[in-house]
Amino acid sequence: MSLDIIVWILGGLTIGSALMVVLSHHPVRSVLFLVLTFFMITANYIMLNAQFVAIVNIIVYAGAIMVLFLFVLMLLNLSKENEPRSSLLLKFASVVAGGILLTVLVAAMRDASVATAVITPGQENIGMVENLGQLLFTKYVLPFEVSSVLFIAAMVGAVLLAKRDKQLID
Amino acid sequence: MVLATLFQSGVKIEYYMLLATILFVIGVFGVLYRKNAIVLLMCIELMLNAVNLLLVAFSTYFGKADGQLFVFFIMVVAAAEATVGLSILVLIFRNTRSIDIRLFNKLKD
Repeated sequence: MSLDIIVWILGGLTIGSALMVVLSHHPVRSVLFLVLTFFMITANYIMLNAQFVAIVNIIVYAGAIMVLFLFVLMLLNLSKENEPRSSLLLKFASVVAGGILLTVLVAAMRDASVATAVITPGQENIGMVENLGQLLFTKYVLPFEVSSVLFIAAMVGAVLLAKRDKQLID
Repeated sequence: MVLATLFQSGVKIEYYMLLATILFVIGVFGVLYRKNAIVLLMCIELMLNAVNLLLVAFSTYFGKADGQLFVFFIMVVAAAEATVGLSILVLIFRNTRSIDIRLFNKLKD
């Protein structure tokens, strides 16, 4: 079926751009490939009928977090020469470790049995803002408030870290 | 028009489990492979996104919105982590003029 082919191509592109994040030598190129990966994951969300999560993924990840990464990279002014390289042995070891982890996870997944889903009408609309907001402000209102405390803590921490400490420099 | 979900038209949930696993492993592999601290943070974002993808896939599969809400909370944690991590990196870069992860073992001595 044609939907199958679209899903497979999308998955291949996601994995390819994720691999390029790791394998490209220039950090700026890594960030741009990560943005591409996030767009591919967003396309996957749209395929999965999660429209609101898809839009939030673009705004928060590709729009805010990745710009922050790019900003810091530009600020640090890194060149290709001072890009740290790991030794050949370490690279080989990481390839082996990653391959083993993948093998173990896939082998564990093959034995897992997933419950068959009960398809109910109205299921197509769970990714909409109305449904998610309803759930967020009723069932998950406490985690929602706690996450705002986490944000305040992160913001205060970032400001505190970025502040130049006079005694530390001397 | 009623939108049919992906799984009603024959795509298997195992496909998304495999995709998320591969993305997660690429993230782990990147953390081991690269020595640039910023790329390391990016690989952590990649791992978090693999988990998000799996949560959304299962949320659609079972028709429950709880999984998609968990994605929002993971995004909150990822944003906070990126902010604090990057500011720590800038601070370390100011002192050592490098973002090589191997230089960060100074806390040991």
